[in-house]
Amino acid sequence: MLSRFHISKRSSLSPQKAWLIRGGAILLALVICGIITTITTGLNPLDVYATIFQGAFGTARKSWVTWQNVSVLLGISLAVTPAFKMRFWNIGAEGQVLIGCLASAACMILFGDKLPNGLLILVMLLASLFAGGLWGFLPAFFNARWNTNETLFTLMMNYIATQLVAYYIIVWEVPKGSGKIGIINQNSQMGWLPQLAGQQYLLSILIVAILTGAMYIYLQYSKHGYEIAVVGESRRTASYAGIKVDRVIIRTMTLSGAVCGLMGLLLVSGINHTMTTTIVGGRGFTAVMVSWLAKFNPIAMIFTSLLLVFLDRGAGEISSVFSLNRSFADILTGIILFFIIGSEFFINYEIHLTNSAETEGERHV
Amino acid sequence: MFDIVSFFPRAVMQGIPLLYGSTGEILTEKSGNLNLGIPGIMYVGAISGVIGAFLYEQSAAGRPLSAFPAIAIPMLCSLLGSLLMGLLYCFLTVTLRANQNVTGLAMTTFGVGFGNFFGGSLIKLTGSEVPSVALSATSSFFRTSLPFAESAGWFGQMFLSYGFLAYLAILIALFSSHVLNRTRIGLYLRSVGESPATADAAGINVVKYKYFATCIGSMIAGLGGLYYVMDYACGVWSNDAFGDRGWLAIALVIFTIWRPSVSILASILFGGLYILYLYIPTGMDLAVKELYKMLPYVITLIVLIIVSLRKKRENQPPASLGLSYFREER
Amino acid sequence: MGSPCAIKMENITKRFGTVTANDHINLELHEGEILSLLGENGSGKTTLMNMLSGIYFPDEGQIYVHGKPVTIASPKDAFDNGIGMIHQHFKLVDVFTAAQNIVLGLEEQGKFDLKAASARITEICQKYGFDIKPDQKVYDMSVSQKQTVEIVKVLYRGADILILDEPTAVLTPQETDKLFDIMRAMKKDGKSLIIITHKLHEVLDVSDRVAVLRKGEYIGGVLTKDANQQSLTDMMVGRSVTLNIDRPMPVDPQPRLAVKNLTVYDQLGVKRLDNVSFTANSGEILGIAGVAGSGQKELLESIAGLYPIARGEIMFYDPESGQEKNLVGMDPLDIKRAGVGMAFVPEDRLGMGLVGSMGMTGNMMLRSWRNGKGLFVDRKHPEQLANDVWKELEVVTPSTSFPVRRMSGGNVQKVLVGREIAQDPAVLMTAYAVRGLDINTSYTIYNLLTAEKMKGIAVLYVGEDLDVLLELCDRLVVLCGGQVSGVVDARTITKEEVGLLMTQHRKEDA
Repeated sequence: MLSRFHISKRSSLSPQKAWLIRGGAILLALVICGIITTITTGLNPLDVYATIFQGAFGTARKSWVTWQNVSVLLGISLAVTPAFKMRFWNIGAEGQVLIGCLASAACMILFGDKLPNGLLILVMLLASLFAGGLWGFLPAFFNARWNTNETLFTLMMNYIATQLVAYYIIVWEVPKGSGKIGIINQNSQMGWLPQLAGQQYLLSILIVAILTGAMYIYLQYSKHGYEIAVVGESRRTASYAGIKVDRVIIRTMTLSGAVCGLMGLLLVSGINHTMTTTIVGGRGFTAVMVSWLAKFNPIAMIFTSLLLVFLDRGAGEISSVFSLNRSFADILTGIILFFIIGSEFFINYEIHLTNSAETEGERHV
Repeated sequence: MFDIVSFFPRAVMQGIPLLYGSTGEILTEKSGNLNLGIPGIMYVGAISGVIGAFLYEQSAAGRPLSAFPAIAIPMLCSLLGSLLMGLLYCFLTVTLRANQNVTGLAMTTFGVGFGNFFGGSLIKLTGSEVPSVALSATSSFFRTSLPFAESAGWFGQMFLSYGFLAYLAILIALFSSHVLNRTRIGLYLRSVGESPATADAAGINVVKYKYFATCIGSMIAGLGGLYYVMDYACGVWSNDAFGDRGWLAIALVIFTIWRPSVSILASILFGGLYILYLYIPTGMDLAVKELYKMLPYVITLIVLIIVSLRKKRENQPPASLGLSYFREER
Repeated sequence: MGSPCAIKMENITKRFGTVTANDHINLELHEGEILSLLGENGSGKTTLMNMLSGIYFPDEGQIYVHGKPVTIASPKDAFDNGIGMIHQHFKLVDVFTAAQNIVLGLEEQGKFDLKAASARITEICQKYGFDIKPDQKVYDMSVSQKQTVEIVKVLYRGADILILDEPTAVLTPQETDKLFDIMRAMKKDGKSLIIITHKLHEVLDVSDRVAVLRKGEYIGGVLTKDANQQSLTDMMVGRSVTLNIDRPMPVDPQPRLAVKNLTVYDQLGVKRLDNVSFTANSGEILGIAGVAGSGQKELLESIAGLYPIARGEIMFYDPESGQEKNLVGMDPLDIKRAGVGMAFVPEDRLGMGLVGSMGMTGNMMLRSWRNGKGLFVDRKHPEQLANDVWKELEVVTPSTSFPVRRMSGGNVQKVLVGREIAQDPAVLMTAYAVRGLDINTSYTIYNLLTAEKMKGIAVLYVGEDLDVLLELCDRLVVLCGGQVSGVVDARTITKEEVGLLMTQHRKEDA
């Protein structure tokens, strides 16, 4: 018999060591990514990393864009986190953000010349919160009542949102026949979120920074946060403790959806000033990974979202410098994710090598 | 007038990639693995075939291709590509017991990126004006229809006019259905998805079954990507053209309540719904067409809700779907 | 020497993390005998047997089957060696039929023929008089039918060594007798059997020889004919125990909780409680006795507002205001808001009573998280309470934030009971409060319950050990098949009489 691996669950591992393992996995993944890039581009590995860094933080403007992208990804990740902490597998953030985009775009287009700007922005805020909340409420309602599979439900809701947006883009297209909305209220700038200190990137960063703190406090210290944690651990324990499980599921998912809706508002009226069906760009799915990688800790999510955005921007730089395809970033992101996902195993389990020679000896005496 | 004779074949051709994807995903889910990486795997299956075909066409350098390698090379490449993806998924979720949802999503990111990256690179290599690679020579082999397709009138057009991969998809679905319901292997596989602890105690190698079902499922799904490029798209690869068909295939799994044989008709139905907007007289209102595209998803949602309302035991998802199994759990 | 060994286990050691479940155990099973593996809950019986059935792999030691050294790394290896185990928790696929479950995992070649298999199953069933149909779905089966499927599964495979893990825990006495007859018949066929149990009368009834485990160690083996209840108890618990639980007389008992004509159905529409009526008084411990699965769990969960009630009343008499309140239709939160002080130590400690991933403080909050105005939870008081419980009940844990899942069973139970008592309830319900606990912790729990009783609290104690029920409780409600078969004085009734009530349906007198 060959030597055999024996795997058992770790009784405990200090958080420091756990982060050490994750950090190691990321480093290893970066090395692999470097090697792959070197093979594809013929660049020496150090230059690869330098280029990646250049892409993310090379100029002040690039840094701002990087942080803005972080803020969007982080915001969506924060939105999905309460649901995941409740072990509610919501992979519908994409649709929830998108429907928030649609709601705020609709307000901008329909009321742009009818309401004063302040009131318009308020209406937009309410509309996007409501739309996202509705997209979160529906799967939660059916899951709480009839245990309908939430993963599949939320997945379908994404495409319903996409088609709705596609529909309205054609309804509102400017100019007719272009299949695009173009910049909304370009001249009047009605419904555009204000720029802070003349800095076009600052507002979204600030909003998400506040959101991060708020979400951390909400999950860590509020009664709702406690309920979410208990429901996530065991729905039976929750009922035993007098927690209305159905209500918590519905409330938490509605909140998740509403925050996604808010991010939709930020995307449309704070950042892009237009709407496309791909405006969320898969960040609803990436957010799932950001949140999971950070073990649902809002503070740790700053780093995980930064890591993914950094990589994305860096790989983007490499592809433009070497006129490679933009999708190169997705490949690198994928590799990093695989390594981190794989590393969780070594955090949760330990491997013993049983010395088979010894036991073999015993057996045949 | 609604022209069923021209509508039906198009619905079928839309449906075949979905049928491959859903058959593959059903096998995978029956082993308890919820593989959300299927969309990525279908991209990888497609691009791998494209790369194989591209290299073969290049090596032929303009001489006419012979039929066998022109079909075998892309198919083998496609199968290999999606097999590797399946192996990766299994290694992470079965061997390393990682979270299936997260792994699946990461694989979709990776797979779509992989497809578009190499697709883009090939486009650059050919230096073509349009952003696509055309492999029409290879495609013609894949698109060869059955004899009498031309001469058998409407019957020929509706049932004989497809490339061999379309018929293969139906055969695979029927065969999968047979294996799942009528064979020992199928019974064992279902037990792994329902209750791995039970299967394990009965001496069934849970890990082996999960690996095999998931890898075979991935390879079948990958063929869906290959069919799309080589047959449906006439050998033209353009980035992102495959779209979200992979997710639609996952929807189809729920819609058919985990039955590959039902999936044959259901995929054609979905294919039909997907292109229905082309056949509905909406006049100049392009917008409404977008709403029609929503139909497959809405219908799937309704099925999902009805199934959960009815609570029939046989219609529920495999009981351990999405959970990883560790024998010495304590 | 006697007959040769069907199984010989030599120096078997198995550790889980820092816990040694089996410590250098030597065990022999002779051919054609029934061996009882006796031990308290948590003594390592099941772990040891799981290494024979291939579920676990020993860290150290060697197993011999019929004299040959073997490696059992998987259940398949176990089957190949003719070993079949009937697990306590059935390993069946619910959506499969009996026949599908039985052929599961068989390494037969050739055509897959479920019909032929069904015929053979019917044959086996007729031989032993089992009442299952091959094409019956498992989810439609009763517990004893499921167990039958498990046994047929093993017989179908032609196993000559059978291991039964606490097979009687879920059976009625009649079913138990029938099972024992079957076991004797199998022995006559030349099969060797191991029965895991902690019920002494069963050991004496069915087995030829007894092997005793205690805290993961092998204590010794005796021939059943040379053993009696006392000697076995001594081996099992390590010293001679008369329970000697301190039982003061109730002081001024007043009705506190009256259950009237309570009837409930489970999700599948099976009647679980049938017209149950009794009254629990303040200042006394009311024991609830019965074979496992007689409706104990449903009864407590109904009172706690966790089970849907079809008919009947649950009246609570408020000690302060003297008001009556009907608890039917309330959920746990409503009950709390109605000012009813109800504490409940459920059977499933980590699945219902506690949150495994949280520490003591987080778990104390399960009862108090709603307190205080505003959005935020109060951590200070639960932290204080956690520290008190930690000290007073001598919970072994590194800190109040150490996840309770990683604590030992006894400490987990101390956390749970400590929290429930700290609520200062009017009614305290406990389900299998000492299951899996060592003797010392069990006594800690008994004393805590008695102290609560003397404070004037109505205590409901669901137990499985009749000796404890008879020495701890003041009165007993005996459940049988969801009905109350008797409400008796625990001080005067004998164990035999209770045993009789547990197995007798009394339909005529109300």
